[in-house]
Amino acid sequence: MDWFPLWLSLRVALASTALALAAGLAVAYVLANHNFRGRELLDAMVTLPLALPPTVLGFYLLVVIGRASPVGKIWETLFGSPLVFTVKAAILAAVLHAAPLLIKSARAAFESVDQSYERAARTLGASEWRLFWRVTLPLSRRPILAAAALAFARSLGDFGITLMVAGNIPGRTQTLALAIYDAVESGNSTMAGLFSLIVSLIALAAVFVVNRFGARLDASERGKAVA
Amino acid sequence: MLSARIHKSFAGREDASPFTLDIDLEMVEGGNVLFGPSGSGKTLTLDSIAGFVRPDEGRILLFDEILYDSRAGVHLKPQRRHCGYVFQKYALFPHMTLKQNLEFAAGVPKSLEKRRKVNEMIERFRLGEVAGLHPHEVSGGQKQRCSIARALIGEPRILLLDEPSQGLDATLRAELYAVLRQVRAEFETPILLVTHDLEESFELGDELFVIHQGRLVQQGSPKDVLSKPATAEVAELLGHKNVLSAEIVSLDPGRNSSRLKIDDFEMVATYLPGHLIGDHISVFTRPEDLRAWPQAQTRVVKGAGAAGGSSGAGAGGKKDERLGPNQIPAILERIVALPNSLRLEFEGGLTVTQNVPAPQLTAREWVVEFPPESIRVIGR
Repeated sequence: MDWFPLWLSLRVALASTALALAAGLAVAYVLANHNFRGRELLDAMVTLPLALPPTVLGFYLLVVIGRASPVGKIWETLFGSPLVFTVKAAILAAVLHAAPLLIKSARAAFESVDQSYERAARTLGASEWRLFWRVTLPLSRRPILAAAALAFARSLGDFGITLMVAGNIPGRTQTLALAIYDAVESGNSTMAGLFSLIVSLIALAAVFVVNRFGARLDASERGKAVA
Repeated sequence: MLSARIHKSFAGREDASPFTLDIDLEMVEGGNVLFGPSGSGKTLTLDSIAGFVRPDEGRILLFDEILYDSRAGVHLKPQRRHCGYVFQKYALFPHMTLKQNLEFAAGVPKSLEKRRKVNEMIERFRLGEVAGLHPHEVSGGQKQRCSIARALIGEPRILLLDEPSQGLDATLRAELYAVLRQVRAEFETPILLVTHDLEESFELGDELFVIHQGRLVQQGSPKDVLSKPATAEVAELLGHKNVLSAEIVSLDPGRNSSRLKIDDFEMVATYLPGHLIGDHISVFTRPEDLRAWPQAQTRVVKGAGAAGGSSGAGAGGKKDERLGPNQIPAILERIVALPNSLRLEFEGGLTVTQNVPAPQLTAREWVVEFPPESIRVIGR
């Protein structure tokens, strides 16, 4: 039994959730706090991956990071090897898959923090940076944690985008979802069943986290729950 | 001190009618109270001063610093305005202990001096026993004290309070007044408090600003404003329900008296300086200055004052010969229990507060007497 796809997938999911969290919180903060032209357009753009077929997303990503693209060329000059068909490309694919959910949830969470807390922090002289880290983020951490759990489960199971940009190279870029597909193709139903069971258990755990933390709480109740 | 000229308009929308705030305030050292009904624009004024809202036009000056000036394009961030703000529901950060709330307000970097300051505030506002607890674990009074301490710790140039007694019971309210008195005694920070509660205005105000529908309608010491409301509107806002229009029939400075025609009744009042016979004026009386009793018990007094005619206020002419001077008939509409007395509300809006023996409460037709000195003129 080859466990490589499981470890690879866990690594990819962990890395992509962390990346999606960092990028997603920044985008969500901008969407929640700044009123600029094109704000809703930006929101639509970052939501789009939820609506588009994975192969289309994979194709776009391939266009952006392929060996012939400017990004691909810069990457190759800097690191000496192409970005596509590597684990890093798989991580990027998973980020694309997971980020929209995180951004949506984080924006809603930021916007639901009672305005008077942020106003209070400002009158007390706190910088916007300090306000974010000490007030807004702690007060919205539960729904964000829930979204991160869901994002982790989603990035664990990405198939289409990963296949397009990272390929299906056994021992190198073959993730769980791809390994399950291969196992079914070659009639290895034991392996397919086992991997499916593992993915299901992880997803179940994620759903538990979502239900535990994601329940809608108003600001004051959230305060109690945190305390 | 603080001077604020603020103009801000909101276009009407489906769920809101158009509103314009247009006021010019000149505060005094000590306690300033912005008094007005809800929707009058007082919180908007406070938020403009604190920097949460940008006015369309005007200028806000706090001591020698310009906080906002539409012409110069100055609009300081709330962080730089040095305004302590006490929010209606305290807005203590729920994920921090009371002490952490104070430490947050003391700012960064954390110095020995700041730690000392936090401890001093904890002591001054009697928070020692609960400093390590979260806001939801402490009493309303403790939350209140902590929020005031938090607003003061950064040594603001002014302390703004947004309806601090809203929704508080009598005990907490008394506690709040005590704390604010303490603040006034121990800190030099001037206070601007927004309220729609009259009691609070008199408790805390050196200067009272009455605002109504986005405009400043009167300014002065609470005592002056109460005894000389500038307009009938102000009188009504101040809770003088008994605002009546009257015509001056005669004036007698020698006997310090005057006669007024109110509806169809003539009443004796004290002399009204600065008015002429035939003037149409508004008068008010405080509900507690009037007397009322059921008509069945009317003491027969030879009718010196009350003239007959059909009655605007109530029961019709047939019993008029039984009314004494300054007495009018009235139909009782509603009785409201107050802590120490009853409020009798009559048809046409006349209100009397007094104690009434229980058996009398079933009566419908009453007599209300206006003692001459109870009749006060609005304005001038």
